[in-house]
Amino acid sequence: MHTEEKMTYETWPAAPEKSTLEAKNKFLGFWLFLGGETVLFASLFATYLALKDKVPSTSHALAKDLFELPLTFVATMLLLTSSLTSVYAMYHMKNFAFKKMMVWLGLTVLLGAGFLGLEVYEFNHYVHKFHHTFTSSAFGSAFYTLVGFHGAHVAFGLMWILTIMIRNSKRGLNLYNAPKFYVASLYWHFIDVVWVFIFTVVYLMGMVG
Amino acid sequence: MTSNQQLSSGNPSVDIEYRRKKNAEEMRYQVVSFSLMIFLTLVAFAAVAMKGFTAWFTVPFIMLLAVVQVIFQLYYFMHMSHKGHEAPSLFLFSGLFVGLVTVLAFSTIIWW
Repeated sequence: MHTEEKMTYETWPAAPEKSTLEAKNKFLGFWLFLGGETVLFASLFATYLALKDKVPSTSHALAKDLFELPLTFVATMLLLTSSLTSVYAMYHMKNFAFKKMMVWLGLTVLLGAGFLGLEVYEFNHYVHKFHHTFTSSAFGSAFYTLVGFHGAHVAFGLMWILTIMIRNSKRGLNLYNAPKFYVASLYWHFIDVVWVFIFTVVYLMGMVG
Repeated sequence: MTSNQQLSSGNPSVDIEYRRKKNAEEMRYQVVSFSLMIFLTLVAFAAVAMKGFTAWFTVPFIMLLAVVQVIFQLYYFMHMSHKGHEAPSLFLFSGLFVGLVTVLAFSTIIWW
């Protein structure tokens, strides 16, 4: 099968994300990248765990002073739901339903943007109310590096999904862009995987003490 | 195209029907795993919100919930339960291994 081939509902393959050589390479390469990302985030988690609550004086806010359950809970629900909407998008991709896929991808982007908005508010709150900044303590550096790196991944993921949506808006689905949508959705799920550990290790364990 | 040949019955419309049903079935599993993920998240937040437990119970408990939730995410949402994911599994578990050794090393450095 060729990437340029005009597809119909009848000729659409069962695994459009892996039916050309380019798609197979993309799939393999992307998982290799995700393995590397796992190492990257694990190193940041290790650094955070080692430097948690390491502050120069008692006037600095600690994890249990900073974090609040409701905000983290809403952010978690937004990101978790956006993972489901992206699963729905890939379901419609497999059924060659381009418009439905675009609607669900659009929802994913909106939920992701909501999550990012909450994170901006949260960081702003910590900086102005608690003077908890990137340079105020080792705890601050480790916290903003880990959570900020994840936030940057969310921002990049949003730009990525939006870009392929706009680029392919008039093209419809074919074997050239189906693997692109699939790989972007894998990236989005991986962001959610990392967040599961962030809300557990940083926020929940931070509040436990 | 191997994946189509495997499913081929010689009648294209039968194949499409079969695949649609398969896709719908998978989507149902994914909605179920999403509900379970929401449930696990609620339990984790509730365990922290109810201040009755000690940290020695809460921390391992919420870590376990996180690991279970991530398994759902990887195997159902990211399709790692499907065939043809041998290389992805190798990459992911290698990354996880290196990552866990890093976390272990950093945790032991600050043990005292």
